[in-house]
Formats: sequence, structure tokens, C-alpha cells
Amino acid sequence: MGIRFILMVNKQGQTRLAQYYEWLTLEERRALEGEIVRKCLARNEQQCSFVEHRNYKIVYRRYASLFFLVGVDNDENELAILEFIHLLVETMDRHFGNVCELDIMFHLEKAHFMLEEMVMNGSIVETSKANILTPIQLMDKSS
Amino acid sequence: MNPFSSGTRLRDMIRAIRACKTAAEERAVVRKECAAIRAAINENDQDYRHRNLAKLMFIHMLGYPTHFGQMECLKLIASAGFPEKRIGYLGLMLLLDERQEVLMLVTNSLKQDLNHSNQYIVGLALCALGNICSAEMARDLAPEVERLLQFRDPNVRKKAALCSIRIIKKVPDLAENFINPASSLLKEKHHGVLITGVQLCMDLCKVSSEALEYVRKKCIEGLVKTLRDIANSPYSPEYDIAGITDPFLHIRLLKLLRILGQGDADASDCMNDILAQVATKTESKKNAGNAILYECVETIMSIEDNGGLRVLAINILGRFLSNRDNNIRYVALNMLMKAIVVDAQAVQRHRATILECVKDSDASIRKRALELVYLLVNESNVKPLTKELIEYLEVSDQEFKGDLTAKICSLVEKFSPEKIWYIDQMLKVLSEAGNFVKDEVWHALIVVISNASDLHGYTVRALYRAFQTSTEQESLVRVAVWCIGEYGDMLVNNVGMLDIEEPITVTESDTVDAVEVAIKRHTLDLTTKAMALIALLKLSSRFPSCSERIKDIIVQNKRSLMLELQQRSIEFNCILQKHQNIRSALLERMPVLDEATFSGRRAGSLHTAISTSTGAPHNLQNGIAKPAAAPIADLLDLSSDDAAAPSSSGGDFLMDLLGVDLSPASAPSGTSQPPKAGTDVLLDLLSIGTSPPAQSSSSASDILSSSQDNKAPLANLNGLASLSSLPANATSPASPVPMMDLLDGLGPIPQKHEENGPAYPSLVAYESSSLRMTFNFSKQPGNPQMTLIQATFTNLSPNVYNDFLFQAAVPKFLQLHLDPASSNTLPASGNGSITQNLKVTNSQQGKKSLVMRIRIAYKMNNKDVLEEGQINNFPRDL
Repeated sequence: MGIRFILMVNKQGQTRLAQYYEWLTLEERRALEGEIVRKCLARNEQQCSFVEHRNYKIVYRRYASLFFLVGVDNDENELAILEFIHLLVETMDRHFGNVCELDIMFHLEKAHFMLEEMVMNGSIVETSKANILTPIQLMDKSS
Repeated sequence: MNPFSSGTRLRDMIRAIRACKTAAEERAVVRKECAAIRAAINENDQDYRHRNLAKLMFIHMLGYPTHFGQMECLKLIASAGFPEKRIGYLGLMLLLDERQEVLMLVTNSLKQDLNHSNQYIVGLALCALGNICSAEMARDLAPEVERLLQFRDPNVRKKAALCSIRIIKKVPDLAENFINPASSLLKEKHHGVLITGVQLCMDLCKVSSEALEYVRKKCIEGLVKTLRDIANSPYSPEYDIAGITDPFLHIRLLKLLRILGQGDADASDCMNDILAQVATKTESKKNAGNAILYECVETIMSIEDNGGLRVLAINILGRFLSNRDNNIRYVALNMLMKAIVVDAQAVQRHRATILECVKDSDASIRKRALELVYLLVNESNVKPLTKELIEYLEVSDQEFKGDLTAKICSLVEKFSPEKIWYIDQMLKVLSEAGNFVKDEVWHALIVVISNASDLHGYTVRALYRAFQTSTEQESLVRVAVWCIGEYGDMLVNNVGMLDIEEPITVTESDTVDAVEVAIKRHTLDLTTKAMALIALLKLSSRFPSCSERIKDIIVQNKRSLMLELQQRSIEFNCILQKHQNIRSALLERMPVLDEATFSGRRAGSLHTAISTSTGAPHNLQNGIAKPAAAPIADLLDLSSDDAAAPSSSGGDFLMDLLGVDLSPASAPSGTSQPPKAGTDVLLDLLSIGTSPPAQSSSSASDILSSSQDNKAPLANLNGLASLSSLPANATSPASPVPMMDLLDGLGPIPQKHEENGPAYPSLVAYESSSLRMTFNFSKQPGNPQMTLIQATFTNLSPNVYNDFLFQAAVPKFLQLHLDPASSNTLPASGNGSITQNLKVTNSQQGKKSLVMRIRIAYKMNNKDVLEEGQINNFPRDL
């Protein structure tokens, strides 16, 4: 299915955004998040951005105080997912203007809308920042 | 006013939560908020509905249950305004999943929204549908989605495409309807639609093979052209990433081409040019370029062979491998594993780099590199590679050691060119990481040692030395203790020294010291102590001077709380005290353990494990060199593999020993039919003329049964009992002997002289138009559980049968033994017959009657015929 989940977690291990494309119960989610975050936080800068966990891979990258983690199937192109994470960050940056963790926290729905425009059902839908942000800007103007 | 009323904005709530110092505080805040929200829901408060839902979503993300908000989502979705709908759909996707029944209620709203005039609302509905629809909803709304695939707005089209993917996955039957619209999507210009269209086609091809055919025929040229256009397109600000236009689309197209080209030579030909172009022209300085190259290499490896392209691909991989960026190296190692199937030579060239990667500081890279090295090993490079791996074993960290040890052991076993090298390597591994070594591995080592008779002296000396230095490695201690016990005299007398060894002086009491250390050190480990006890017993026979000391050590375990140890120490003590005269005969050197049988049995028991193991996607099997030797193991569905007791008509030497343990020594005494090859061995064992195999078979069954921990002590007892009746049994194997003198306090196992047991009527077990099989039963006295069956086959047709083979399988509570048949040609029309003897042991005799599944195969007029059946009509009390 491609992408299984997207998480944004800060350095203390608190989840700031969680989008799952397959169904997991609340306990499973918490356990999963805890395990993965521990693994990623323990790695240093030199090590590669891919971690193998159970039967899928986690691709992660740290931007300031926030970790972006994407869980993918084993046959997915990891380098492409790294690019996708960067695209996501750039899109949010363009919208919020110098995005930081607090922006995401206080405008959680907007972050979700953006993510929804980009990824649907585990596959990447749209890669052009302009196209992604148009509906969101329209909505902001109308409300 | 209540500060936590629903008037609070989302950000105030978030602030409040962030201000909490402890988890308990946070829980309190959340609880209050939830209560307020619940109150608002009850009052059906319109104004703050979407604010409440936003709060709910935040709370849900923190991990608290929020199911009371689900109906709110529905109300929001049903309302008219866009922001409300937006939040409602978002809530729907986050808080619900396809299994909830509430979802069905949304179907109607979704249908209306799909037909809405505002395209953004249509987009919303498609989004929601695409993320969480269930199979019924998919079926209901599929026609709408199909229509939307041709909508005027590209945004809606792209969302409809992704939605269709989910529909197809949920309801594969609907796939045919989507084939045509999907292929027309491939001709679009808008990138978003293209990406999703390509994705849709990929999933269609995976789900339905006719879709695959259709897309192959019609769309490949179009796809190639699109890829070429994108690769050559000028700078486009919208989609540019690091100088490349829309790398995501590149990658998607390459993936689809891969699926289309796999297994189809024509399709692969069309793609060759564009693949070469992408592979050579893409810039690899940035991650985006590397991502495209990675995908390209994967595609080249999967489609049909084209020499030039493959070389190109492997060169790219080589470049990746020497890149300093860890991500790139990881990806390269991944690809190389697939490349090895295709072109092993090229990958061998990079062996040195890969070895370096095994030692890398990054755990992910280490893991990949180790798997790759494992695939690279062949006879010519096994020695240097193993040397490197073992050196690394010493410095690797704990989590990695287990993996590494397992791989080294299976490598060594598979490819060892000579025995002495194998023993050396295994010794090193055991000294370093004995605790990670699995049981079968050191069992195999013992088998090999016993087979290498010229190396016995060398082995035991090496083990002794190793034992002095690393006593905490369990497996090493076990193997050392066994060898010292077996070959202690070689150790002391420096027998069989090889040129490369240094002389070492070991006295008899030194060896006893060593074993004593083993017992004291590993007070908690049953297997080690048990093995040490029997080693001591062997030493007492080899070095009579130390008997007293050994006896003292053994006696210390007489009151042990573990039954096995207590029993052993009492028995051995008896032997030492009362039976010195037979002691040396009892404890002679063990015979060579049969390697073929051992690995056959091991492979047989791992039969199911192999078929379910995941491992790398190619046909190499880890560590099992010889094929499974159980011929009947797959004879139809008799509950489980170990249910069917393999019926070996050749007679496994070891199997016999362990199988016959349960039916004490009456086997040799008076079988009415002359025993064939299988039972021959047994008779030999138990006759006096060939004592060494006999007595040592007891220790064989001891060792093997103790290390498998699955035979009851009773088996040992019976084993010892039956076999120790021999020395007294000097004259006739047939006359039984009371067991009194060996086992104090144990009554004699009655062995009446042979007379035929109660007669059973013969049975026509199987009859068809061409064949009849009759069973004649007899039982031996004193052994009600075992039945001897003579099977007679008669040919009822006018044709001769050749290559006649009878096979049988029985359920778990039975044990079956087949002797070879009298011949394998069955003359026609009953002019002759074939007889074959079977022995069945029923552990539930009296409670369950016998049942057997049979298979008869023969050649008639050069055609193979197979007959199968089940026999359920055995007499009840067999």
C-alpha cells in the first residue's frame, strides 16, 4: 500500500501529528509510536535515515526540533520518500511562513488538510506546492 | 463562566494542556474538556460544533478514547457550509475506520456530496471515500466514482483515480469497469492526474491479469513517450525539485514500466532506450536524482535481460556503494541482493566493500551487508570470508551477535572444504559466542567430530585448551565435556598428534578436574550437568585410578531435585560400585554417528520450517544441505507432519534405537517372521558378538535423548534395562532375564518365553478392481502394544505390475515400521504375491484402534498407477 503512516514527533517523544493509512487500535498506535521514536532518537547524524521495524521500513528526517517519520512497505523507494518528506516540509513552510512546531500544534487541522491533499490512501497524489495550497488558501479566504 | 466550556477555542485548550506539569494533570484537563464536549453534544449545540470536533481530534491524537464524537462528525458532514463539512470529513477520517457501523450512515451524505456542484466538496467526499470506505460502500458508490474519472476539473479527476484504487482493492470484481477510464488517464498532461493515473494502472495490473495485458498492448508507447517528455522537459517552477522536473512522476512511471516489462520480452524492448537515457543522463549529486537512479536500476533488474543495460545498472550500484552518504549505501546494498540473482559475478567484484560494510557503525547497514555476504559465499571464498566474519564477531555488539553467529554457523556447515577446518572454525565461534549457538548446531558438530576419527586427538586437545579459557560459553562446555569423556585417554596420552599442534601435558586428574569445573560452574543447566555426569562415568572406565574421586563427585548429585540428574547419579553409582566387571564393556568408545541419517532427520523435522520461512526472495536455503529424507511426510493430510511416523523400510539406525526404546527388549526375542534389514541391525545390537555398538547405543540414546529433552526417563531406563540384560545373556538371545541385579528395587519386566499371542482374524485391508491387500496379524506375548502385520498383495488384473511400492502412514499415537517387500514385481491374475512385513506399536492400545492410510504405486504397461486408501477396520484391540 505504499505509505502506512506519517508521524511528526518532537525530541521529547510527544506526537504532534499522526496520520495512519491502515487501521490500528489506540494501544497499538501508542506502542508503535513509542518503539519507533525510541529507535530514531537513539541514532546520530551520521547514520542512515532508514530503520527496519517488524515488516516495514521507517524513513525519518529531523528538522529542527521535530522528527518526521514515514512508515512504508518494504518495496517502496526509500530515497523518494525522503524527497517527499522534504516536499511536505517545504509546503508547510510556504503556507505558514517559516513553519515551526508550534504552528503545527495550533493549526493542526490545516496541517492535516495539507497532508490530505498530498497523500491519499497511502499513495502520493499531488507534488506541486501550488496545487496543494490552492484549496487551503481558498478556504482561509472564505472563512 | 466555566473556563472549560465549549466556548474555549482550540488554542486555549492546547495551551492549558501544555501548561500541565504531570500526566495526572493532563488527564484531568482532558477529562474536563471531554465532559464539556459531551454536554455540548447532548444539547445539540450548533455554533461550536466544529470547534469541539477540532478539540476532539487533538485529544484523540494524544491517545484518549473519543468515540462519543463520532455522531458529531456525521452531523457536521450533513451540514451545508464548507468549513463544517471540511472538519466533519477530517474527523471522519481520523476518528473512524472502516469497521465501524457508523460508517454506513455516511453513505448517503457521501452520495449527495459526490454529486454536488461545488468541486471542492466533491473532492472532499472523494478523499474521505478513498481513505476509509468499506466493501459495501465501495460497491454502492463505484458508479459515481467512475463517472467522476472524466470530470472536467483535474483535481477531482486525480482524487477519483486514487479513490478507484481503494475500490478495486476492496472489490476486485469491479476492476474491469475501470480499465478503460484508467488508460485514458495516462494520456493526460496534468501531473497530478498522471501520477494518480499511473498508480491506478499499477494497482489494476496487480489485481487483474487482463488489465495487465490490455495496458501492455495499448499503453506502453504512450508511457515511454511521457517519460521521455518529462526527462527532457525544460525547467518548470511548479514541479521542479533540485533541478529535476517532478521526480515523483519519474519514479512512478518507472515502477509501472517495471510491472509491465516483467516477464514480457517485447515490452522490455520498448523500454530499453528510455531506461538507458534515464540511467545515464540523470544527475546524481542530489537525493532526487539518486532516487530516480535507484528506481531505474530496480526496473532494469526486473525486466527481461538486456546485457548492456544490466552492466549499466551494476556500475551505478558500484558508484552508490562507494558513496559516503549512508542512505545511498543502504539502498545500494538492498539492490545488490536482488542483483545477485541476476549476475553473481559482478557482485563478487564488490566483495571487499561489502565486507567493510559489515563492520560499519550503522546498525541498518550492518544488517543488510551481513545478509548480502551470506549470499555471496561459495566454495572458493568461504575461508577468507569466514575468517573476517569471525574476527568481527569478537568486537560486535550483543544484539548483532545472535544474527552473526547463526549466519557463520550455517556458512561453515554448508561450505566447509575439510573437516579440520570446520572443527577449527566451530571451536572459535563457540569460544566467542557459544551462548548464541543453537542446539542443532553443536549436535551437528558432535556428529562431525565422531566421524573424523583421525582428528579425535586433535579435537579433544583443542577443546581442552579452549575450555580452560572460556568456561562461560554453554555450548562450548557441553561439546568439551562430551569429547573429554569420549576421548579422555587420547588427551592424556597425546594420541594422534598432528604436526601443527604443540604438545600439552594433561594428567588423568586434570581431566576429572575439568569435568568437575563444568558441573560446579553451571549449576543451573540440566543438560550440561547431565552430560558431565556421563562423561565422568566414561572417564572412570578409562582411568580406573580416579574412580574413587569420580564416585564422590557423582554421589553429590544423588539428592538433586532434578529427576534426570538424580536418576543418573544413582545408576552410575550402582555401576561403579557393584558392576566393575561390565563397566569397561559398557563404556567403550561410541560408534560413528551416521551423518546422513542425522542430517536427514534434522532436515525432515525442519521440513515445515523451511516451507514457511521468509528469508530472501531467492532459492537458497540456509544451512540444510541434504534434502528431507522422510518419504511419507507429505502423504496427505494426516493432521501434522510429525503425526505421520516415517516408515523407513531401510531402517534408520538411530531412529530404531529411539523408537524401540518404548517397547522393551521383546523385539528380538522371537518374531515369527524372520526380521529383515531394519530389525537385523537391532538383533545385531542385542546379540553378544558385537558388544561395542550395543553398549554405546545406550549412551547414544542417552546423549541424543537428553539433548532433545523429549524422551521420558522411562525410556532411558528401558534402554539400559534391555541392553544390560545382554552380558548375562551370554548364550541365547531369546531367553529373557530378570532385571533385578542391575536396578535395585525395580521388579523384573516379565518376559515369557515366546508363544504366539491371541490370534486375530486376517483382514482384507484394501481391495480394488485391480489389487487386493490382505493383512495377517500376530502379537508377541508380553508386548500387547506391538502388532506384527504381514501384508500380502495379490494382483487381480491380467497385467503384470512392476516397480511395486507400498507406503503407509499412521497418526501420532502409532508407530510404524516397514520392512522391505519380498519383491517389487507382482505377477498377473494372482499367480504370485508380494509380502511385506509391518510392525505397528500402539501407545493407546485398548483405547484407540489402529488406523492407517496407504498408498500403492506401480507400473502397469509402462503407465504409472497410484492407488490410495484408508484402512479403518482393524480389529479393536490391536
